[in-house]
Amino acid sequence: MEDKLNEILSSYGGEKSELIPILQDIQSNYGYLPEDIIIELSNFLKMPESEIYGVATFYSQFRFTPVGKKHIMVCTGTACHVQGAPQIVAGIERHLGIKEGEVTIDLEYSLESVGCLGCCALAPCAMVNDEVESHISLKNIKRLFKRKKIKKK
Amino acid sequence: MNFDKIVKTAKKEYKSLYKSENPLILIGSATCGRSAGAALVKSVIQDELEKNNANAEIIEVGCIGLCYAEPIITIFKQGKPGIFYGNVTKKTAKEIIRSYIVEDDPLPEYALGTIGEGKIEGIPLFFDTEVLKPQVRRILRNCGIIDPKNINHYIANDGYSGFMDAIEMAPEEVIEKIKESGLRGRGGAGFPTWMKWQFCRDSGGETRYLICNADEGDPGAFMNRSLLESDPHSVLEGILIAGYVIGAKKAYIYCRAEYPLALDHLKHAIKQMREYGFLGENICGSGFNFDIEIKEGAGAFVCGEETALIASVEGKRGTPRTRPPFPTTSGLFGKPTVINNVETLASVALIMQKNPDKFAEFGTDSSKGTKTFSLVGEIERPGLIEVPLGTTLREVIFDIGGGIPGGKKFKAVQIGGPSGGCLPENFLDTPIDYDSMTMAGAIMGSGGLVIMDESTCMVEVSRYFLEFSQRESCGKCVPCRLGAKQMLDVLTDITEGKGKPEDVQLLKDLSEGIKMGSLCGLGQNTPNPVLTTLKYFENEYNAHINDDFCPALACKEFIAYRILTEECNGCRLCFKSCPVDAISGEKKQPHVIDQEKCIKCGTCIELCSGKYDAMECIPKIEMDEGK
Ligand SMILES: Cc1cc2nc3c(=O)[nH]c(=O)nc-3n(C[C@H](O)[C@H](O)[C@H](O)COP(=O)(O)O)c2cc1C
Ligand code: SF4
Ligand code: SF4
Ligand code: FES
Repeated sequence: MEDKLNEILSSYGGEKSELIPILQDIQSNYGYLPEDIIIELSNFLKMPESEIYGVATFYSQFRFTPVGKKHIMVCTGTACHVQGAPQIVAGIERHLGIKEGEVTIDLEYSLESVGCLGCCALAPCAMVNDEVESHISLKNIKRLFKRKKIKKK
Repeated sequence: MNFDKIVKTAKKEYKSLYKSENPLILIGSATCGRSAGAALVKSVIQDELEKNNANAEIIEVGCIGLCYAEPIITIFKQGKPGIFYGNVTKKTAKEIIRSYIVEDDPLPEYALGTIGEGKIEGIPLFFDTEVLKPQVRRILRNCGIIDPKNINHYIANDGYSGFMDAIEMAPEEVIEKIKESGLRGRGGAGFPTWMKWQFCRDSGGETRYLICNADEGDPGAFMNRSLLESDPHSVLEGILIAGYVIGAKKAYIYCRAEYPLALDHLKHAIKQMREYGFLGENICGSGFNFDIEIKEGAGAFVCGEETALIASVEGKRGTPRTRPPFPTTSGLFGKPTVINNVETLASVALIMQKNPDKFAEFGTDSSKGTKTFSLVGEIERPGLIEVPLGTTLREVIFDIGGGIPGGKKFKAVQIGGPSGGCLPENFLDTPIDYDSMTMAGAIMGSGGLVIMDESTCMVEVSRYFLEFSQRESCGKCVPCRLGAKQMLDVLTDITEGKGKPEDVQLLKDLSEGIKMGSLCGLGQNTPNPVLTTLKYFENEYNAHINDDFCPALACKEFIAYRILTEECNGCRLCFKSCPVDAISGEKKQPHVIDQEKCIKCGTCIELCSGKYDAMECIPKIEMDEGK
């Protein structure tokens, strides 16, 4: 764990202006911003943890809990909204048995709603990890997000 | 490296693609193409070529703008015009390869059009088709045609010649040219580009910065994404020119993280620039030193605002600050800074490559040039278009976009994103330019056009925009933070059947307060979607409040689903899919919906529609009366 962090930090000079790119690097390596890493980072940047959290919580990209193996980001931009995004979010919630912002207990899927993905011409859309899925409908949710049977809590 | 030599090599490489005996296949692989299945089509094509022992060069290109017809491939055979094929599937890809590449039958029934010299029987000229005829492709000239990952393709199409000319001139001369072109910022406000540059130069100091605003936070807009993915060098050339003119040594590109492919192409392109000597010390022997760095946005709409963007690049929370001082006086790290939109910078490169009059030959008196728009929502042919400023909404929506699908009626066009407004039918003949849009109560914004048909509820859409703006408020100003929340609550109440007659006036009062008391454009514009819908669709508000009725049959509280006994054949589709077991009925017997249980999720009607059409959505008041 330490090594990975050192590797990330070694490409930075320790300037305060590097905070956001560092957080982005950490998140893409760990999947979220772990608490102990933030403590280390606060030493590196000589910046109080509170200030780091102040910045990190401002931006919607940053997460403080891990995500599932497949992270679904449903677009709720205008084009997708007009073409049924709210029903899609609700449909995926029901299908996966989680609410937006949660992870399935088998850690397979997590669900988040985000702003426009820039693929509005093929709305409604969602990004699954780095790939955009377009023309999502209530009909194809099950096929798109296949999952093993998991016992309900 | 000597630029003339670079151009010569690049042209040779580019031309040889088309002169080669091997056919050339372009595959639209921008985000839209990919999500429609470009990768699969590519692998099918490769397999099919191999099976038939045929050779062809395959290149992944960006998006030509016809997103609705993705995946799109274009095939060039020696001595023939290129043929665009749309909606390519696994099956048609195989067929096209076998038929056109192997046997020389071009399959006109699958073709969208031809490009280049010559004609092919049965296939229209691509640029003569309904979609493209009214368009003028200037900014998008290379999109979907060149390889965005190959700098030589850009150079072979006049790329970087604008920059080479610019560094031969004094910065003032370049400013003069931009002034002559009449270019106004494409990021929303429409401020004259030359003037911003001049302000920055006038503010003195040694260190200055340029920032390219590629945040594109407006939901429903993807012009910048598409351009960065399809022709990144055209933006980078503009950055070089602008950097040279304002006397900057460093530029930042602030691009949103939701655009991974655009970021990837940008990084790749910047590396190539460095290899070619367009970045670094003493660029092309001109004495100009310059570098470009990418900063990824972290998901905050307000960071598109100039001062918030600067704070974000400095590593802070992206909160706006009061202006003046303007960024051109005191911007990034306190130094004079110019912030320009992606399309503005691409226009700069274009103006310098051609000349100012060529740019200004299109447009209106006060809005020069062409502009790209993303045409989305309830429209037959959604995609990315480029038209002269001053083109009317009707031409864009009906001629280019093909009108509203499913025989439905046009209701409104949302223009300018969350800062803009919704314009009804009687504005269809309004020209799209900065001033006409402002006069109509919307704004041109960055160019997102979301088309809405009769099934969209205007109160609900206003609620949606308010939800967006209040979520994105940075929280610094009380009117923006709390006022928007209160407006949202009122609108939510109305869509949920809890509206009161005095709410309309309350919304108007709140709007005024928020507009007056907010620091930045986000807050000042937050009420716009509500104000325009109140102005043009007040009847819809009143129907919700006074008649418990949603004219668009969109708000859950006011609708009900009903199974038509005569049509229902008891197929069980709906029964099986209902998440709350609200549907009952015997096999092959008409089913019924238990209205108490139904959560109006819409699954059943989606499944039944088009198949048996045994289900309908009706106003709840009718259902209640029927009981
Ligand atoms: C809340 C808010 C969000 C904005 N978002 C963007 C954006 O995503 N992209 C952009 O180019 N301009 C955006 N703008 C406008 C910019 O602040 C700025 O005016 C523009 O980038 C200037 O470039 P231009 O002169 O080339 O148009 C936004 C403005 C506000 C108030
Ligand atoms: S108007 Fe809103 S977004 Fe803008 S500075 Fe004020 S609180 Fe922040
Ligand atoms: S709308 Fe949804 S909840 Fe209601 S009957 Fe249909 S499937 Fe069931
Ligand atoms: S609105 Fe959903 S991708 Fe743009």
